Amino acid sequence: MPKDGGIGASSKRREDVRFLTGEGNYTDDINIRGQAHVFFLRSDVAHGALKGVDTSDAAGMPGVIRIFTGADFEAVGGMPCGWQVTDKHGQPMQEPRHPILAHEKVRHVGEPIAAVVAETLEQARDAAEAISVDIDELPAVVDMKAAVASDDVKVHDDLTSNLCYDWGFVEENKAATDAAFEKAAHVTTLELVNNRLVANPMEPRVAVGDYARGTDDHTLYTTSQNPHVIRLLMGAFVLGIPEHKLRVVAPDVGGGFGTKIFHYQEEAFVTFAAKACNRPVKWTSSRSEAFMSDAHGRDHVTKIELALDAQNNFTAVRTETFANMGAYLSTFAPSVPTWLHGTLMAGNYKTPLVYVNVKAVFTNTVPVDAYRGAGRPEATFQLERVIDKAARELNVDPVELRRQNFIREFPYATPVAVEYDTGDYDATMDKVLEISDREGFAARRAESEAKGKLRGFGINCFIEACGIAPSNLVGQLGARAGLYESATVRVNATGGLVVMTGSHSHGQGHETAFPQVVAEMIGIDESMIEVVHGDTATAPMGMGTYGSRSIAVGGSAMVRATEKIIAKAKKIASHLLEASEGDIELKDGAFSVAGTDKSVAWGDVTLAAYVPHNYPLEDIEPGLEETAFYDPSNFTYPAGAYSCEVEVDPATGEVTIERFASADDFGNVINPMIVEGQVHGGIAQGIGQALLENCAYDENGQLLSASYMDYTMPRADNLPPMDHYVVDHSCQTPCTHNPLGVKGCGEAGAIGSPPTVINAIIDALQSGGHKVDHIDMPATPSRVWSAIHG
Amino acid sequence: MYNFDVEMPGSVADAVSAMGREEAQALGGGQTLIPTLKQRLASPSVLVSLSKISEMKGVCTGEDGALCIGGATVHAAVAKDGFAGLAGLASRIGDPAVRARGTIGGSLANNDPSACYPAAALGCGATIVTNSREIAADDYFQGMFDTALEEGEIITEVRFPVPEVSRYEKFVQPASRFALVGVFVARFSEGVRVAVTGASEDGVFRWAEAEAALSQAFSENAVDGLSVPADGMISDLHGSAAYRAHLVGVMTKRAVANAA
Ligand SMILES: Cc1cc2nc3c(=O)[nH]c(=O)nc-3n(C[C@H](O)[C@H](O)[C@H](O)COP(=O)(O)OP(=O)(O)OC[C@H]3O[C@@H](n4cnc5c(N)ncnc54)[C@H](O)[C@@H]3O)c2cc1C
Repeated sequence: MPKDGGIGASSKRREDVRFLTGEGNYTDDINIRGQAHVFFLRSDVAHGALKGVDTSDAAGMPGVIRIFTGADFEAVGGMPCGWQVTDKHGQPMQEPRHPILAHEKVRHVGEPIAAVVAETLEQARDAAEAISVDIDELPAVVDMKAAVASDDVKVHDDLTSNLCYDWGFVEENKAATDAAFEKAAHVTTLELVNNRLVANPMEPRVAVGDYARGTDDHTLYTTSQNPHVIRLLMGAFVLGIPEHKLRVVAPDVGGGFGTKIFHYQEEAFVTFAAKACNRPVKWTSSRSEAFMSDAHGRDHVTKIELALDAQNNFTAVRTETFANMGAYLSTFAPSVPTWLHGTLMAGNYKTPLVYVNVKAVFTNTVPVDAYRGAGRPEATFQLERVIDKAARELNVDPVELRRQNFIREFPYATPVAVEYDTGDYDATMDKVLEISDREGFAARRAESEAKGKLRGFGINCFIEACGIAPSNLVGQLGARAGLYESATVRVNATGGLVVMTGSHSHGQGHETAFPQVVAEMIGIDESMIEVVHGDTATAPMGMGTYGSRSIAVGGSAMVRATEKIIAKAKKIASHLLEASEGDIELKDGAFSVAGTDKSVAWGDVTLAAYVPHNYPLEDIEPGLEETAFYDPSNFTYPAGAYSCEVEVDPATGEVTIERFASADDFGNVINPMIVEGQVHGGIAQGIGQALLENCAYDENGQLLSASYMDYTMPRADNLPPMDHYVVDHSCQTPCTHNPLGVKGCGEAGAIGSPPTVINAIIDALQSGGHKVDHIDMPATPSRVWSAIHG
Repeated sequence: MYNFDVEMPGSVADAVSAMGREEAQALGGGQTLIPTLKQRLASPSVLVSLSKISEMKGVCTGEDGALCIGGATVHAAVAKDGFAGLAGLASRIGDPAVRARGTIGGSLANNDPSACYPAAALGCGATIVTNSREIAADDYFQGMFDTALEEGEIITEVRFPVPEVSRYEKFVQPASRFALVGVFVARFSEGVRVAVTGASEDGVFRWAEAEAALSQAFSENAVDGLSVPADGMISDLHGSAAYRAHLVGVMTKRAVANAA
């Protein structure tokens, strides 16, 4: 029987009432009296010396309040980077200055050069057209290998090269790994590209700065996944505003996918300009601006090698990756190709030796940072593609080759510095083979062939490190922030309560799922619980939402705070019931004395806490409000097995996804419906990456895919038909170290699906006699056709 | 957007005089023009909306049996009332919102090299009727975004000879879902016409070799062994010139196979 409330129930998403009826309160819905508008004049060349910005004509145009250029920000800090990577020689990465408005040089198309604040947006835009910018265009460097091979074009003149860092992991294992390759019975090598993506949340970025001269208080409303992080970074490192004088509000946010984690120039600008102009200042990104100013994702070029012994056991993995940083370091960019990627290169397998080399490179492109999965999709793609290729070369079943090498004993310390606490990779593999009806594949292939089509079956396993992360560990790895989470539980006199969480919901459904946990713990109805998030003025200092961390870390903080509430409530109940505290039991929203029929309801206890007439005032304080900070002791390790069936039309190269199945192990599941929705969304983005999405530049650094006319978003008809699209999460090995036993589900779909799709396409092509080992993503019809026709 | 005035004439005559105003531009369904204005890539001072001119709307059969479509007729209406090949084409333009507003006159005036209607007009040998003259499709299309229209000229009607059978096959550009390659095949008693859109740097064109072969024998196999040269085909993010040239053959065969 499905539950109708509490943990495990598919409670309907309460936030959808306002989202679906147009009652959401997004940042662009915020309009403050007296608000002015800013338009950013952005560079249309990828690389150039900025000789001058003449604003004299523009300054006198109607409605113009003030025009800002790079010179106005010389006294202000640059955009900070939140993670420092140490290279293989023990040296810190090269960290260029990242100005709010371009200064002396422009380094990518879309970089802001000037900002016009005017009464209306149209006036700001008119004035921006009257600004004359003198740029000496320089040759641009777009290709990462070219950027490293030569210093002819340097993105940053004051750095020694275009190399941000050259990272080796684990450097001590390098010699042993090389030796294992010498001894290998078989080595499979694959070169591949993990395509650059644009996150494209439905809601573009928006920022509104407000300043109260009378109190010297600053407020920033912004589309952020982590308002406290923005407050800390912008307040402390950019503008020098103490946190008690700066409030950051991220109200309803329409999707983030990582790209709204980072601190952006526009946020700092509106906060700065609001004070400078003594006017609220608003910026709303157009979709075109989003393409050239939101941090992009992925963009790795990798050579991976897999060594096997004569019995087909994996003996070593070695990779060399070039990771594009773009023109500047976005907030968490350095961590993505390193700690979020190298640490996952063991995958689900007991390969004893792994060596990962990553060269992070500056190019004249938009900065690249975390995008749904961040580093883990890149790791999974390489590993699972090379394993599939090895299976073909060795003529063994790709399922069996994987199984043979599965890790089966937990906890398991990988050679890449992480310890998997629990998992069962056979269970998810068995499950996916069952729900995908692999048995019936041969018959379906025959049917496709009868129509002149090729059909392929692709299988894939993945593991991710989620619930980021232990603060002391990430501190050692270069994070310049902690990664705990916080919650305050405020119980009201009549028994309802509010959870103020440092997690941020931008589509995930926290307002529904979080109350389910508290309802289960106390035994009250979910409707008595409200979640508040996204405002530094109400929530305790929290680190926000990304890395599938909300329920694992934020949910755990909420559990800890609720435990404190229950402990105190039991004390109050024991007083009211005149029983000893140890005998008090909480069940179904009532406190009772064990072994008796004496009880008080939850509401009586909460009322007593705020109307303490009959109350143990000498022992405990009135009121019922507790805060907890939770810092996990390890990552969580969701894992799973995915399968996909594609049909390829050899005449056109068109690929259609006929069937898709996922078997995920997320540990315990709070709300199955929400979890399935997250997986569906993740798979849609993964299929988007595999078949459709491609952020492309030409050799001059011009963005070729700068709008939806050329950047292909997945649409409903690109996804598998619903009757052959099975999303399963019944295999559950609960996380061993957080109180809910949860692992996180937000990124799994985007991590697990791209290699599944490509593996299926290669299987289809091979079945048609086409000797194609690999196709780079996106596998567009034209690429597939070209692969077929050599 | 820059500022502009809007005129809403009720007749072709009033529209023509409104078009005489300085920097006036016709507004059909706005599906191409409005995004262009929003991006500040055009700056007309007057938009002359054609959507209130009832004599320019609707689908009917002319005395000579041709299908006459008013220049301001929306794609959705053609999808409902066109003959098989034309209705099929109109029903796959954009999405329901685009089809509810976008017009045949706007599409033909714009002559986007990836647009669908040019293939039907050329493939059927349609006549483009304007406020001042009649232009044969063979003379009308003059390259990417280029037509025989004079400044201020308004397409009031498009007359399609009705083929015995016809079909439009569109291989979509994945992002825009315009035609990466679209082929319109129409069989008339006097012969077969084949028009190709999306593929060429010169815009829509007729594939004479295929027309000759199909006029001989209207079957898929008739196209076997024929190909258009990759030279002069568009090459971009979504497909090389060789790929487009190849697709012309594949789409032509499919159009023949599915013609109705
Ligand atoms: C999301 C989307 C998807 C689309 N997909 C497709 C597709 O798959 N295939 C396809 O072919 N098209 C597609 N289109 C384009 C669509 O068909 C447009 O409707 C069409 O190209 C322009 O028609 P309109 O009536 O909107 O013209 P407008 O945008 O109003 O005008 C376009 C141009 O034509 C001029 N003009 C308009 N009407 C006349 C007239 N009667 N006489 C003279 N000049 C005139 C205008 O001055 C302007 O220069 C798509 C558009 C969108 C927005």
